[in-house]
Amino acid sequence: MRGYRYLPDVVTLEFDPDLCVGCGRCFDVCPHQVFVIKENKAWMVDRDACMECGACARNCPVKAITVDAGVGCATGLIGEWLNEIKPRRKGCS
Amino acid sequence: MSYIVPPGLYAVGQPTPDSPVIVTANYKMTYDLVRQALVRCDAWLLVLETYGINVWCAAGKGTFGTQEIVRRVVSSRLVELVNHRSLVLPILGAPGVAAHQVKSQCGFLIRYAANRAADLPEYLGNGMQTTPVMRALSFSLAERLVLIPVELVLELKAVTLIALAVLLGFSLAGSFADGLQAFSAYAGAFGCGIALTPVLLPWLSGRRFALKGALLGLLWTCCCYFLSGGGWPLLVTLAAVLVLPAVSAYHALNFTGCTPYTSRSGVRKELRNSLPVMAGAVGTGLLLLLISLFV
Ligand code: SF4
Ligand code: SF4
Repeated sequence: MRGYRYLPDVVTLEFDPDLCVGCGRCFDVCPHQVFVIKENKAWMVDRDACMECGACARNCPVKAITVDAGVGCATGLIGEWLNEIKPRRKGCS
Repeated sequence: MSYIVPPGLYAVGQPTPDSPVIVTANYKMTYDLVRQALVRCDAWLLVLETYGINVWCAAGKGTFGTQEIVRRVVSSRLVELVNHRSLVLPILGAPGVAAHQVKSQCGFLIRYAANRAADLPEYLGNGMQTTPVMRALSFSLAERLVLIPVELVLELKAVTLIALAVLLGFSLAGSFADGLQAFSAYAGAFGCGIALTPVLLPWLSGRRFALKGALLGLLWTCCCYFLSGGGWPLLVTLAAVLVLPAVSAYHALNFTGCTPYTSRSGVRKELRNSLPVMAGAVGTGLLLLLISLFV
């Protein structure tokens, strides 16, 4: 995606080339062209562009890709953290 | 006005058993966009039950998903209507759909076509080839602008309460004019984060949203200082420099939920790093203001 780039070296995307059968689905579905297909194999060429949408992992027929998918929403994450803290507080009292 | 289209199979133009089957969500705006794009085409339109939510969000929730596709293919008796066995899907629906599972459960091959409905005619016309242009995601000024009102509405209640508290606090501590000035300063900082940051997004340096927001907030603080004719007490000036950029940074960071390129892990990291700084800045600023009352 031209002109936009987020933090490097943070995403949970993992790819195991040994499992890949080269079907090309990951290339088809990725909105950020993280994968390319060369010599009947997928290559992860731009890992930092990944937005963790989970499309590649869901569509890979051999589970060669894993990613902790979710929406990058600050309000949502703060809400989750607050929910995690609440029961802990109760447990302490 | 209803935002929901009843799910099911629709005909566009005069479809035959050879016509393509396009899959979409039952959010009215999405449905209308697809229909508009297909005005000159003959096609089947398979509308999924996504409860009036657009493709991208519904795919994230899983309602635009494998099970719903299989269910609709069966209930609409698609097998009896068409000769081929393929479904055309928007690329942005892929996070919810496992193509190989759809194939094994109902026999239909999924083709991910394009990101935008407007590219559908070209895709159907060129033998169902996705060109790099159809694949490229955009986040233009117009696309960013439409997101701002939604964010505004979400934040409005909390922000109004804070703004009134600011107005009241400064009016009581000084004069009503002070209150109005502080009120505008706060409202402006909020605007910098929630509206100006999205507008200027690609041109603001750095990758961190909080930094982009803080930068604009700082510029705004300078504007406030000079517009008001300057001459603020030192403690108040310090407090403004600490609090206003933090307010802007916080709202800028919230925009990550709307962009199509920020990863959850990235946002988590940025929040971890910046929340304590923002809270510290606001806390210190409030403390300075309190002290300024007594000196
Ligand atoms: S998770 Fe989404 S953005 Fe990341 S590589 Fe997979 S398809 Fe691309
Ligand atoms: S979807 Fe999986 S098997 Fe297919 S090319 Fe990508 S990694 Fe390889």
